[in-house]
Amino acid sequence: METAPQFFRHGPGPLARLVFFALLSLLLMAIDTRFKYLPEIRQTIAVVIYPLQRLAHLPTAIYDQVSGLFVSRNLIDEIAYLRQQHLADQGQLQRLLALEAENMQLRNLLEAGQRAESKTTMAEILYIPHDPFSRKAILDKGSQAGIQPGQVVVDDAGVVGQITRVYPWLSEVTLITDKDHSVPVQLVRSGLRSMVSGTGEDGTLELRYLAANADIQDGDLLVTSGIDGIYPPGLPVALVSKIESNAAYAFARITCTPAAGVNRNRQVLILSPLPPVPERPMDPVEAKPEDKKRGKVGIR
Amino acid sequence: MAFVNSSQQEVLSHVRSRFIVLSLTTALLLNLLPLQGVALLLRPDFVALVVLYWSINQPQRAGMSMAFTMGLLMDVGDASIFGQHALAYSVMAFVALLLHRRLRIFSLRKQVPQVGLLLLSAQLVMLLTGLLASANLPGWDFFLASVSGALLWPLLPALVKIPQRRKPDSDAL
Repeated sequence: METAPQFFRHGPGPLARLVFFALLSLLLMAIDTRFKYLPEIRQTIAVVIYPLQRLAHLPTAIYDQVSGLFVSRNLIDEIAYLRQQHLADQGQLQRLLALEAENMQLRNLLEAGQRAESKTTMAEILYIPHDPFSRKAILDKGSQAGIQPGQVVVDDAGVVGQITRVYPWLSEVTLITDKDHSVPVQLVRSGLRSMVSGTGEDGTLELRYLAANADIQDGDLLVTSGIDGIYPPGLPVALVSKIESNAAYAFARITCTPAAGVNRNRQVLILSPLPPVPERPMDPVEAKPEDKKRGKVGIR
Repeated sequence: MAFVNSSQQEVLSHVRSRFIVLSLTTALLLNLLPLQGVALLLRPDFVALVVLYWSINQPQRAGMSMAFTMGLLMDVGDASIFGQHALAYSVMAFVALLLHRRLRIFSLRKQVPQVGLLLLSAQLVMLLTGLLASANLPGWDFFLASVSGALLWPLLPALVKIPQRRKPDSDAL
């Protein structure tokens, strides 16, 4: 490598440096993907760039403030609309309260475990990274606000995703459209349970491994089934948008549209983690006599 | 490492290394802007552009270590695999260091296609590492960022030199 004149050259040449940095970054990537060992370095860098992330969000925040000053005429309409909405919601809420009480009584009668109420934290989407390899969003609440990895993020329409990485003041949500993300769901109409997985594309989800003759229709609503112990049951996830069943394949190709979307609104809710699921029953080989007792607890 | 190539240079160009840092910070800021949809697709990688600018115009001081560091910052900012941007920027800076003399012969406008190729090389490295980590293949529009970046190139020297013309404001960033 005779590109740099002797005069300026200090230390190793460009090729040596390239090899060094390439090896270093390959090592970092391997450690990050395979072993997840580097939280400290990431945390440090995250703190370094945090002011920039906040600053980058400033124009939007200012825009919100300023446009808030100019919409006083719309405000009257909006208040009227919200009042109406509030009334409608209130009506539904009354029914919900009654149902909840009834549900609790029935559950008491059945000696079933109580459904946990979840608390929520409001957060705002700071920005969406331009990364074609994953679907993520950055939220403005982090471990300082008590956010933990694994918490579920929803908006007003349904599930948005799951917190996968937490920094002191920020957190990363992996959206349900991410290729490596799946949500256990249940069809509202037929009660069929399945998993809905992201495709890596915006606005499409996939129900994999459902038999071609499964009871499923266009427009079916999928809600979380709650059997995973992470997603609380009953949150809307997606609508079935296309079903292709081909006799050549054992499974139907079912495409869904997510109910929520990060492109729609910036405010989201982070649900508090659910109480830990009951312990998995012991393997039957080890604990035959206890089987019956444990089985009762496990079923909800 | 690259910033402190020689103590003599350091003294002579103390202000300029501040400009380098300032321009890189601004680029990082621009990369973190909350954009959506088409704007996000078309947004050039400002950090890659500025890294490229300095590795072509100040190859003695802004080298691969700067590219690598900026890559790590972008990795955290973009929530990608740790080291992905770092590798891409290092490779790009390496090619830029090899070609910087040849590149500087051309006028800014004639540099556009070559810069486009350099940016594309960084994106290709990103693509390869992304695929290795079992990610899905992004659409062709992934490469639009290189095109828009290259088109922005002729404006870049003027933009980077803005703070150098004025009295540097100690409060700026």
